[in-house]
Amino acid sequence: MKPVAFDYYRPENLADAVQVLQSSPQAKILAGGQSLIPMMNFRLMRPETLLDITGLTELDYVERTDRGLRIGALTRHQNLHMSKLVHEHFPVLAEAAGEIGHWAIRNRGTLGGSLTHADPASELPAAMVALHADIEIASSDGTRTVPAEEFFLGFLTTDLGPNELVTGIEVPVSDTSQFGFSEFARRPGDFALAGAFVELHGTDRGAVTWFGVSGGPERRETRFPQNRQEREAVFIDLTQTFDPLDEPEYKRRLAVTVAEDAYQNAAGRLD
Amino acid sequence: MTTQQNLTRIQLSINDEQRTVDVEPRWLLSDVLRHELGLTGTHVGCEQGVCGACTVLVNGQPQRSCLMFAVSAQGSEIRTIEAATPVEGLSPLQAAFEKHHALQCGFCTPAMVLTAEALLKMNPNPTEQEVRVALSGNICRCTGYQFIVDAVLEAAEAYRRVSSTTQREGQ
Ligand SMILES: Cc1cc2nc3c(=O)[nH]c(=O)nc-3n(C[C@H](O)[C@H](O)[C@H](O)COP(=O)(O)OP(=O)(O)OC[C@H]3O[C@@H](n4cnc5c(N)ncnc54)[C@H](O)[C@@H]3O)c2cc1C
Ligand code: FES
Ligand code: FES
Repeated sequence: MKPVAFDYYRPENLADAVQVLQSSPQAKILAGGQSLIPMMNFRLMRPETLLDITGLTELDYVERTDRGLRIGALTRHQNLHMSKLVHEHFPVLAEAAGEIGHWAIRNRGTLGGSLTHADPASELPAAMVALHADIEIASSDGTRTVPAEEFFLGFLTTDLGPNELVTGIEVPVSDTSQFGFSEFARRPGDFALAGAFVELHGTDRGAVTWFGVSGGPERRETRFPQNRQEREAVFIDLTQTFDPLDEPEYKRRLAVTVAEDAYQNAAGRLD
Repeated sequence: MTTQQNLTRIQLSINDEQRTVDVEPRWLLSDVLRHELGLTGTHVGCEQGVCGACTVLVNGQPQRSCLMFAVSAQGSEIRTIEAATPVEGLSPLQAAFEKHHALQCGFCTPAMVLTAEALLKMNPNPTEQEVRVALSGNICRCTGYQFIVDAVLEAAEAYRRVSSTTQREGQ
């Protein structure tokens, strides 16, 4: 099947893009197209107007700020994966970006698209929650910033309004926390069945942020006992607090496994 | 008997040749390559990004032509399998594919060759694992992959020779 006909706009800058969104709030934004176009090919989505933002090169950047890193919404997953700045400050973000789909998908899919699509099995929404990122949003009314934890509202649902566009994110650099990441997928390139980011604050406190285990990122602050069995018991307790969309028992088991892996990964970075 | 609407004129560099095409915004790059430009070496399997058969190089990087509207490719450089064979004969990759029986039905082959080409340009010294990861987005229902991996590893030799003379940018 092929997509139905639509009106097509390709603005060259952000000001024009938000203008189009204001005059046609029903317009659907097209970024990398790696989630939207499959749905259009199968006619699960039939947008009347498409606003192609791939010409907004001003939204394609990774830069150091006083607080941390700012990353533009049009940054391709592969560039996030390869970015020296990202490797230096947030190795888990670079690692997670490398697990998104396949090389050809990563060459086109964008950060803003992944965050807005908010697939519960996606790496980047959970990464944003785990890393305490702020999501930067623009509309014809101006700009606003939302903490990632308040941006993701559940299955494919975010806080984004119809005339708004994600322009980028900012992640604060922390000297006191270490992060670890792990996910499990059946084959490389598949969506993860479950994944986790662990934040270690000192040796025994921090948080786990899971993905793939319910409708959206699940962050839980916790203690990490040094003893492996006790730690596992803590993870098992935490996994009882969320509702897997399918195969709940299996998902909870996997969630414990990836949390332990992510913990080991973070602990390995402590020294 | 297609009803055409909103034709938009776009310019693309396809296999180093400037082409001008009138497209409907809803036309996929894969369909424009095949139906408008007659470049049927780009195969179409799933139209959902999963099989990899439609992969072409956009500005040197493998991308799914079924997940891109041709209008969005305006101004890009596209490389398809039709450009893979040098005038002298088979490219090192093609020759290695032939030698190692790295194809049977050939449906996946154009995209395999292009993806491998992009990999070897970027990294002429890949490990077997790196080859497997790079090609993991290209499904082959015939060969069982091993012969494809063997072919790419052998062809890498030729790319190393070129890159040792033209020094590449490190990753
Ligand atoms: C085979 C395959 C495997 C995949 N595997 C994974 C995986 O393992 N993990 C994973 O996370 N993803 C995976 N994906 C999806 C991929 O990551 C997409 O790139 C991503 O989900 C969407 O980004 P995009 O730029 O392609 O957005 P698009 O498809 O262009 O858009 C997605 C949605 O976001 C909206 N949107 C896009 N950008 C903005 C913006 N800046 N502001 C507001 N709204 C916007 C669009 O309107 C649309 O609703 C896979 C895709 C495929 C085809
Ligand atoms: S046809 Fe494009 S990936 Fe299958
Ligand atoms: S050779 Fe037949 S699909 Fe690969």
